[in-house]
Amino acid sequence: MFNSYTTNTLEYDAGSCINCGKCSTVCPHAVFSPGEKVAQLADPLACMECGACQLNCPTGAIVVDSGVGCAYAMMWSAIKGQEEVTCGCGDNYCCSPSPSILQLGKKK
Amino acid sequence: MNNTNMINVSMNDPASLHPTIRSTSSDITFANHRDHFFARMGVRRSEHRVEPGLYALGEPTPDSPVFASANYTLSFDALRRALVGVDCYILVLDTRGVNVWCAAGKGTFGTEELVHRIQATGLHKVVSHRVVIVPQLGATGVAAHKVKAASGFSVEYGPVRASDLPEYLRTRQATPEMRRVRFTLPDRLVLIPVELFLAPLPALVAAVILSILGGYMVAVAALIAILSGMIVFPILLPWIPTKDFSTKGFIVGALVALPFAWNAFYSVPDTAWWLRYSWVLIYMLVIPPVTAFLALNFTGSTTFTSVTGVRREIYAYVPKMAWMFASGIILMLVLALIPFIGGL
Repeated sequence: MFNSYTTNTLEYDAGSCINCGKCSTVCPHAVFSPGEKVAQLADPLACMECGACQLNCPTGAIVVDSGVGCAYAMMWSAIKGQEEVTCGCGDNYCCSPSPSILQLGKKK
Repeated sequence: MNNTNMINVSMNDPASLHPTIRSTSSDITFANHRDHFFARMGVRRSEHRVEPGLYALGEPTPDSPVFASANYTLSFDALRRALVGVDCYILVLDTRGVNVWCAAGKGTFGTEELVHRIQATGLHKVVSHRVVIVPQLGATGVAAHKVKAASGFSVEYGPVRASDLPEYLRTRQATPEMRRVRFTLPDRLVLIPVELFLAPLPALVAAVILSILGGYMVAVAALIAILSGMIVFPILLPWIPTKDFSTKGFIVGALVALPFAWNAFYSVPDTAWWLRYSWVLIYMLVIPPVTAFLALNFTGSTTFTSVTGVRREIYAYVPKMAWMFASGIILMLVLALIPFIGGL
C-alpha cells in the first residue's frame, strides 16, 4: 500500500556470470554483492535502474530497462509525445547540483 | 571560473612536457567559492564550466594516477580539493558543464567521450601505466571493458564521493560504505535553493489569481502550499510516512491545509453553514494535490527512485491530483460567482 517501488525491470542471469565483480563495484545501492562463484543479487528492490551494472557487465548477464527516475522528465516527455524519456533539464545543465550526485563530499 | 591557467615552467615539470597539459592546484579561491554559490543557486546554470582536457595537479610523474572528472566546476573543484597533496593528473571530459552522475545518465560522461579524451590528450605518452580512475557514479555512462578495448586503458572505479579519495588511494580499495550513495539532510538541503529560484514567477501569478477569486487568505495558502512542497518536503522526506512521494506530499499538504480550513470554518461563525463547509472543502481539495505534485517531481532530484516506480506513481496519483485540484478550483469559482448571479 502506497509503495510503487515494489517491482523493477532488473533481471540477472547467474548462469552467464563470470564473477568479475564489476556489478557490485558500480552499484551505488549495493543491489549486487560479491559471491564465491557468481555475483549475488542481494537487494533487488533497492535498484534505481541507473543501468551501470548492465553497461559494465562484460557477458550481458544483467538486463535492466534503465532511465531517469524523474517524474517531471517523464510527464514532460509524455506531453511532448516522445517515446524515450530523457532528462527534462536538457543537455547543457542539470537540475540537481547535489553533492552526492557530483561525487562531492561530506566534510569530515 | 576555475583556478587554472596555462603556465610555462621548467623542463623537468611534467606540465611542460606536453603542450596540452594545464596546471591546477587544490586551492579553492574566492572566485571559485563565488562560482559555487551561483551554481548552487541555479544562476547561469550552463556556465559553470572547466575547459576539457588534461590537468596536472602538483608535480605528477609518468607513474602518477589519472582521475577522470566532468567539466562542471563543482565536480572538478571537489576532486582537486580532495586531492590536496597528491601529485596526479586530472582528465576532464566534456560533459557540457554537467556533473558526473547526470552527465553519465545523459551519456555525455561516457565510454565514447572518455576514449576520445584519452586519445586527444595523448595520455598514453604522458603516463607509463594504463589506468584511469573514474568516479563510481560515472559507471552509468562508462563501460569499463569497452574503454579498455578501445584505448588500452583500464577503468578503475573510485569511490562515490571525492572526499573518500585520500583513504581510497591508501589501499586502492573502496569500502562498501564508499560505494553507497546516500541522500542525507545536507544533500537534500543544497537542492532547495535551485528549486526555489525556479518558483517565484509561477507562484506569484497563482497568488494574484487566487487572491482575486477567493481573497488574500487563499493566496497565502497557495504560497505556503508551494513553499512546503519545496522546502518542508525535501527536509522531512525520510520521516514522512509511506514510501510513495505522492502520498508523502498529500500528507504534508493535508497538514498545511488544516489550519486554513479550521480558520475558514471558525473565523466567520455568522456565515451560512454550507459556505463554511465549502471553504473547508476548497482548502482540503486544492492544497494537498499541489504539495503532492511538487513532492512527486522531487523524485528527479533524489538518488534512489527507479523509472518503474516513478511511472507507477504517475499513473496512480496524477489523475487524482488533477481531479482534486480541479474540483476545489471549480468550487471556489462557483462561490466567487454567487454574488454576481444574485445569490447571498
